Amino acid sequence: MSSTNQVSNRSYPEPPRRLNEMLRWFDQRTGLNALMREALDEPIPGAARFAYVFGSALLFIFISQVITGVFLALYYVPSADHAHTTVAYITKTVTAGSFLRSIHAYGSSTMVILLLLHVTQTFLYGSYKGRRELLWLSGCVLFALVLCMAFTGYLLPWDQKAYFATAVGTNIAGEVPLIGGWLKSLLRGGTDMGTLTISRFFVAHVLLAPAAIFAFVALHVYLFRKAGAAGPISEDLVTPRQPAEPFYPRQVIIDGIFALGIIFILALISHFIPFELGPKANPADTHYLPRPEWYYIPIFQWLKYWPGSLSFLGVVVIPGVIAFLFASLPFLDRRMERRPWKRPIAVGTYTFILLALFGLGYTSYRSDHRDPGYAAQLLAQQKETEEFMRKPFEPVAEPSPAAIIAAASNPLVKEGSQIYQAQSCQACHGEGGVGSAAGPKLTGAQERWTAEQLSALLRSPSTQMTAGGMTPLDLKPEEMRALVAYLQSL
Amino acid sequence: MLAKVTSTEPEISRRSYLGWLIGLCTAGVGAVLSVPLIRFALYPLRMQTTEVKWSDAGPLSHFVSLAIPLRRSIQVEQVDGWRETVSEKVVYVTQTPDHQLQVLSAVCPHLGCSVQWSDAKQEFICPCHAASFGADGTKLSGPSPRAMDSLESRIENGRLLVRYRYFRQLVPTKEVIG
Repeated sequence: MSSTNQVSNRSYPEPPRRLNEMLRWFDQRTGLNALMREALDEPIPGAARFAYVFGSALLFIFISQVITGVFLALYYVPSADHAHTTVAYITKTVTAGSFLRSIHAYGSSTMVILLLLHVTQTFLYGSYKGRRELLWLSGCVLFALVLCMAFTGYLLPWDQKAYFATAVGTNIAGEVPLIGGWLKSLLRGGTDMGTLTISRFFVAHVLLAPAAIFAFVALHVYLFRKAGAAGPISEDLVTPRQPAEPFYPRQVIIDGIFALGIIFILALISHFIPFELGPKANPADTHYLPRPEWYYIPIFQWLKYWPGSLSFLGVVVIPGVIAFLFASLPFLDRRMERRPWKRPIAVGTYTFILLALFGLGYTSYRSDHRDPGYAAQLLAQQKETEEFMRKPFEPVAEPSPAAIIAAASNPLVKEGSQIYQAQSCQACHGEGGVGSAAGPKLTGAQERWTAEQLSALLRSPSTQMTAGGMTPLDLKPEEMRALVAYLQSL
Repeated sequence: MLAKVTSTEPEISRRSYLGWLIGLCTAGVGAVLSVPLIRFALYPLRMQTTEVKWSDAGPLSHFVSLAIPLRRSIQVEQVDGWRETVSEKVVYVTQTPDHQLQVLSAVCPHLGCSVQWSDAKQEFICPCHAASFGADGTKLSGPSPRAMDSLESRIENGRLLVRYRYFRQLVPTKEVIG
C-alpha cells in the first residue's frame, strides 16, 4: 500500500508549499533557470563597460513606449473628428495625462538619440565585422522601423504641426518615379490628408510597426548572441581571446543605472516642460509654416536644395544610395581592423555624414530665425500653441436633435447654410460653425446676439473681429436674413 | 556574514543575494513608475464622467397657475468623457398641494414606458400596462411599484431648471441609476 503511494507520489508530485520547492516545480516545467543562466552568463570579452549600454537602453525605452502607448490608447480615438479632441482631453483633463503623453512623445526623441549613439558605438568599435552582416542588417531594419514609428506617431494628435509636417512628409513619397503618386495616395488613403490618413498611420503606429519591432528585436538579440559580444577594439572579432566577464551582475547593474538615469531625466523634463499640443489642424490655413520634429529637420532642409526636376535626385536617389551603402557596410568593409584611426575612409565618411546632418539642421534653424517673415510666423504659431494649451478643455458638442430637425425643416436656415458655404465662412469658423484655429466658433450665437445685432456685426465687423481676419459681408437683405437664421440655428 | 558561507558555494550565495537586491530595486522603481499609469487609467472611476447638467424647462411665467400638469421637452446635456451629448427628454411640470412647482419624469417606474396625461380622466396613464397616477404623480392604480419620479429642480433668474435623472424600475423606492 505504502509503496504504491510512493510510486504515485514520484510520478505526480504534489505542488510543494515551500518557496524553493515551488521554484523547482516551476523550473521543471518551464526550464526558466537554464534560460536565465543562458541570458545572464553571456560572456563579455574584456569586461563590462559603460560603452555597451545603448542597446539595452533602447530596448528599455521601447518597452516604456509600448506601456505608455497602450495607456494613451485608453482615451485616444483615431479619426479626424476626434483625434485632436481626445489628445486635448488626455493632456488637459485626465490625471497624469499630460505627463504620460510627454513621456511618450519625448521618449520617441530619446529613442532616436539612443539609436544614433548605439549605431555610432557599433560603428566606432567595428562591431559589425566578423560574421555579423545579418546582425547589422537586422539593426538597419530596426533603425528604419524606429524612424517609421516616429513619423507615424507624429500625425496622430492632428494638430496644426502634425498635420502640415505629415503633409510635407507624404509629399516626399510622391517624388518616387513612376509609382510616386500611387504611393502617396496609399499612405494617405486618398489624394488628400484626412480621416483615412489617421487610420492608416494609427494602424502602422500601434499594430504593424510595433509587431515588426518585436520580431526584429528578437532576431537582433538572437543574432547578437550567436555572433557573441564583440568586446573592446583590441579583441579578435571571431575568436575572442581576452578573459570574459559574464553579463550578470556588473553589466546588468551598469545597464540598469543608465536606464534609470534616462527615465529619471525623461520624467523631469515631462514634469517641468510638458509636451505641447497645438490648435486643431486647419487645412485651409495657408500661412502655416510646417516644421518637422528635430530629427527630421536635416532632411527637411536638404529637400530645399532640390527644386523641380532635380527633386527626384535629391529626395529619393541620394538618400537611397546613402541608406544602401550604410546597410551594406559589413559587406563592403571586409577587413578585420577595428581601430577607428586605422579605418580613415569608413570613419571619415560616417563623421562627414553626421556633420552634414548637424550642419543642415543648423542651417534650417538659422534661416528660420534670420528671415523676419518666417521668424514672426513661427513666433505666432508658438503663441497660438501656448494660447491653446492655456484654454480649458472643451468637450465635443454633438448637435441637439431639435437643432438638426429645425435646420432640416426650415428653408430659410437651409438657404443660410448654403450662403455660409458660398461665402467660405467654414474656412475659418469650421463646418457647422464649430470653430477652428483660424476663427472662433459660432455655435450659441443666438444666446449672445439678436438677429439685428448679428446682421449689423456681419455688415460692419468690430475692430476685434477685423483684427482676427473677418471681412465685412455685403449681402442682399434676404440673403442676410437667411444667413442670420442659419447662425442662430447653430 | 558572507565569510561563513564561503566553504560551500560562495559565488552562488553572493550572486543570489545581489539578485534579490536588484530584484527589489527593480520592483521598487517599477512600483513608482506605475503610479502615474494607474492614476491615468483610473481617472474615469474617480471623476463622474457622465455628469448631468441643469436643463432649462422654461420661464416661470409659463407655470403660474397650473390647473393640469404641463408637458415640457427639455434638452439634457451630458458630459460623456470627452464629448457632450444633448438629448431630448419629456417631463411634466405640476403643482404640489402647497403650490410648489414639481417636475416629474415621464418614465414609468414600472417598465419605463412614457406616461401620458389624460385630460378626460384627469390622471396620468401609462400606455403600456395602464398604471395610473394622480396630477401630482401619486400612484393611483396599476402595476407601478411607486409614484412617478420627481426630479431635482430649482429656480434661477426667473427660469425653472431641472436635473434629469434615470431611476431604477420595478423597485418600491426611488433609486438613481444615471
